[in-house]
Amino acid sequence: MDYKKIIEELGPEKLITMYRQMVTIRQLEESIKYLFLEGKMPGTIHQYTGMEACAVGVCSALLDKDIIASTHRPNGHAIAKGLSLKSILAELYGKKTGCSKGKGGAMHIGNIDKGMINGNAIVGANIPIAVGIALAFKLKKEGRVVVSFFGDGATNEGAFHEGLNMAAVYNVPAIFVCENNQYGASTNIKKVMKIDHIVNRSQAYGMRGDTGDGMNVLDVYCKTKKAVELARSGQGPTLLELVTFRYCGHSRKDPNNYMSREEKEYWKKKDSIIFIEKILVKEQILNNEKINQIGKKVEEEIAEAIKYGQEAPEPSPEETYTDVYINMEVPK
Amino acid sequence: MKLSLAEALRMAIHGEMKRDNHVFCIGEDIGITGGYGGAFTVTLGLEKDFRERMIDTPISEIGIFGVACGAAMMGMRPIADVQYGDFLFCAMDQIVNQIAKIRYMSGGKLKVPVVMRAPVGVTGRGAQHAQNLETYFLSCPGIKLIAPATAYDAVGLLRAAVRDDDPVMIFEHKLLYGSKGPRQEIGVLDASSEIPEEDYIVPIGKGIVRREGSSVTLIGSLMMMHYSLIAAEILAKEGIDCEVIDPRTLWPLDTELIFNSVMKTGRVAVIEESPKQGGIGAEIGMQIAENIPDYLLAPIQRIAAPNTPVPFAPVMENFYVPQPERIAAEVRKMIEEN
Repeated sequence: MDYKKIIEELGPEKLITMYRQMVTIRQLEESIKYLFLEGKMPGTIHQYTGMEACAVGVCSALLDKDIIASTHRPNGHAIAKGLSLKSILAELYGKKTGCSKGKGGAMHIGNIDKGMINGNAIVGANIPIAVGIALAFKLKKEGRVVVSFFGDGATNEGAFHEGLNMAAVYNVPAIFVCENNQYGASTNIKKVMKIDHIVNRSQAYGMRGDTGDGMNVLDVYCKTKKAVELARSGQGPTLLELVTFRYCGHSRKDPNNYMSREEKEYWKKKDSIIFIEKILVKEQILNNEKINQIGKKVEEEIAEAIKYGQEAPEPSPEETYTDVYINMEVPK
Repeated sequence: MKLSLAEALRMAIHGEMKRDNHVFCIGEDIGITGGYGGAFTVTLGLEKDFRERMIDTPISEIGIFGVACGAAMMGMRPIADVQYGDFLFCAMDQIVNQIAKIRYMSGGKLKVPVVMRAPVGVTGRGAQHAQNLETYFLSCPGIKLIAPATAYDAVGLLRAAVRDDDPVMIFEHKLLYGSKGPRQEIGVLDASSEIPEEDYIVPIGKGIVRREGSSVTLIGSLMMMHYSLIAAEILAKEGIDCEVIDPRTLWPLDTELIFNSVMKTGRVAVIEESPKQGGIGAEIGMQIAENIPDYLLAPIQRIAAPNTPVPFAPVMENFYVPQPERIAAEVRKMIEEN
């Protein structure tokens, strides 16, 4: 891979933004984990730790007008698409000023104004929805694209099959990003599929397939950029498999004992943040001082957002009744 | 212009597609030249005028409703068609978890104006092609449910549904479409209407009194509205004066219309083509019991199908569906006892 060329193309400003987003995701997830374990946060959590290069690499290749569809693990995608930390934290705390007014919660983070429909907690369900979004773009000739994010587990769902087939048939501007983190909850993919490469499934639909290194944000960016160019110019959808790893358990309090120590160590050696840090230092875009500065600034921003989330006003219980229908009251 | 219910729906869909280029149809076999316009001819020939907006799909119900959902979020107005309502179960996640809930989960930022067309009715096809599905969706907040029993209402409600910003499911009865020729169904009833030229709508949430009466209120939609009218004629000869109410919308219910009628007659029977368990009668009956109990002269009656799957054998099927004679007999008994 020719890093020089990509680094030149992206430029220092964008590269630092990408690095910063990755650091933000990592720190946000770490902070949330402790708040949750200390019992200070309601609900449940599904964390993105380890997979930062996927969200940031993909979203860096998109325009503001493009749409992403996320999963029950939406925090990384949300940061990468530009949702504010405050609106995320307030939602995690179930507050009125959260991105969904406290009606969504941890699995449904999203904000259409930022180009992110709300995270979908049914595995694979956002795939046909993304096809519909892309069909709308095509019918309206808007030149926009949609990215559907999902995990390896989703590719065993019927919704994946129906959605990808229809996307190929209708030749819509969609990119299906499979973040293959090796596990569906606690189950290793080797137990539930007989193929080694999920991307091979694209052939079944006559769809273009590609694979990216999900621990290398530059590779993810390049692969996404290519898929976006094809989609936007009417040359159809892509299934993009990003091979990655989740450092944490599936959800709250899951100590991921089903992952071996060797496996965890193998992936941590490939850590996406350390990887890009090294490259950016070598290219003299970052130095230790700047790295510390960014880390500290992000830490402050997250602390501020946590405080905001904690202190934000609660919704009134009666707000349960709003936002169900547009032009009528909920019958009681 | 007199139209059958299927012709009326076709005309209304054509009109809506012409009026607003965000409206499109999506479903199986809906726009195939030389095909049949969906399972019941409703979309027949629409592809001649709107080829790009008649989206023929693979046999993929999750896909149909997922695509409709996503397109609606982006400002389109899809009309999603399944050949038989029974197939909606294949797409339950997209309908119940997605289409119905996305607005809420987004804190009101997204809207999903999907129209879902669901042919229903017990029609000689057994357990998986002839159910009435209304009650499955009656317990799903976020979707409006409409059920036109006449061609006039089909036009007015379809237009209202397409123009509504919320998801709407429209139940259409296979025996009311006005099927004819080689596609004619056994047991059809004439639901055709004179359709006015003007662009009228029938508001969602408004029922109608189909027959005024003073002795008892019969509440039924689709086929059961027509059967209630036949039962009312039988009973009229015996001096029992039935008021027949067609809710037209099953959610939100026109409780005002229903309560006013029951307060007048003091007796009420809810007639339904689906099993009594967890049914429309259970919902409407409890609404009445909670709100106007003092007006009741007799216990609320539910005249429903047995709590079984839909049987095939014609003799069993006849037994399954509340026939006009059975409706009349149960209402007669109710009047005699109270």
